Amino acid sequence: MLVNSIEKGIVIDHITAGLGAKILEYLDIDLANNTVAFIMNASSKKHGKKDIVKIQNVIDVNLDVLGLIEPNATVNIIENGQIIKKIELQVPERVTNVIKCKNPRCVTSVEINAPHIFHLIDAENREYRCEYCDEIVCMKGDY
Amino acid sequence: MLKGRDLLEPMDFSIKELEDMFDLADRIIEDPAKYVHACDGKLLATLFYEPSTRTRFSFEAAMLRLGGQVIGFSEPNSSSVAKGESIADTIKTVACYADLAVMRHPKEGAPKVAAHSTEMPVINAGDGGHQHPTQTLTDLLTIRRTLNGFDNITVGCCGDLKFGRTVHSLIKALSRYKNVKFVLISPEELRIPDYVRKEILMKNGIEFEEVRSFQEALPKLDVLYMTRVQKERFFNEEDYIRLKDTYILDKSKMKLAKEKMIVLHPLPRVNEIAVEVDEDPRAMYFVQAKNGMFVRMALIMSLLGIEG
Repeated sequence: MLVNSIEKGIVIDHITAGLGAKILEYLDIDLANNTVAFIMNASSKKHGKKDIVKIQNVIDVNLDVLGLIEPNATVNIIENGQIIKKIELQVPERVTNVIKCKNPRCVTSVEINAPHIFHLIDAENREYRCEYCDEIVCMKGDY
Repeated sequence: MLKGRDLLEPMDFSIKELEDMFDLADRIIEDPAKYVHACDGKLLATLFYEPSTRTRFSFEAAMLRLGGQVIGFSEPNSSSVAKGESIADTIKTVACYADLAVMRHPKEGAPKVAAHSTEMPVINAGDGGHQHPTQTLTDLLTIRRTLNGFDNITVGCCGDLKFGRTVHSLIKALSRYKNVKFVLISPEELRIPDYVRKEILMKNGIEFEEVRSFQEALPKLDVLYMTRVQKERFFNEEDYIRLKDTYILDKSKMKLAKEKMIVLHPLPRVNEIAVEVDEDPRAMYFVQAKNGMFVRMALIMSLLGIEG
């Protein structure tokens, strides 16, 4: 399958196969007004299969979201058809308004203006604690 | 040092700050008359979004015994909450009138939302099944006054450890002292939540065991913290009925305990402690309730920056 290179934008490579759709969902990219190529199950020397996301004309994406969902992905910033920057992702220490607390007893379920804040407690397992109710969520799972 | 601060969870205060507060509570207990005008002209707001007699009365009594006054509600339907007002807006409005606020709310983290919305000190008086730090001040003061400290003690927490916010707060607070061990006694369905097990106990290398047998655990304990299985926390009444009488402390079981062990309970009790145990000198739960008022007096004075 052939997908053209982009002149300017961002290429998120080496996404674990199956996580590409989740990344697109969390990145909050306007799919109606941006050119986005989403390649699923591309062959990968390292992992066998991988997903790739290319977004044209967008270089400012929420790196915290990427670090949260797939810290092993590679982020390439493209200008004039060339990679001008490779970004190494970090598992973020704190995320705001990216994930929502699923605890029905959490105040965020009723207080609509309260920001959803999560703090990292275990980088290896990507476990986060809700700022308000201390509920633990694991981003490695099916969250 | 504590002037203007919030109390949302036990770790908000350092051990030194807690000790200073307990020293003040001790002084109040010794000579309550000395403090009857300590809070003259000050106003406490009690925002109770769910029923509570003990904690609300304890705070109100504390403020009134310090010469201060109290406003508030004990039933959200009688306030603007019924009109759909947010917690943030309610507390901002209350801050226009009062000097500090106490909040009980069924949702976990509600007092934190309130505290983030105002400069006025906010005290968490219980948020869902999460935390209850002023009950912890009560528990700690009672342990300090009867066992002379917190180091090297074994604390048994029994009953509803899942929704028992007093237990979560107590474990958090005691985790900072030397060589405190926990025996967590509960049915499988009411085990301690993951965040307490992982974030407090395991992370801090605290020795603990989770057991089902009440009788086996009793002889090891210096403190037995009994809790009620809380009907209001269950979504399914059948589960409540099945679990409510799992552990009942009675005279015969007290024979298994150490001579100096103390029995604590945040109250209200249903039937998890038989009334016959009340006569036992180790039963400290009513002393604990009285200590709760004195320690809340010390807390109010500290947050308002009133010298004791």
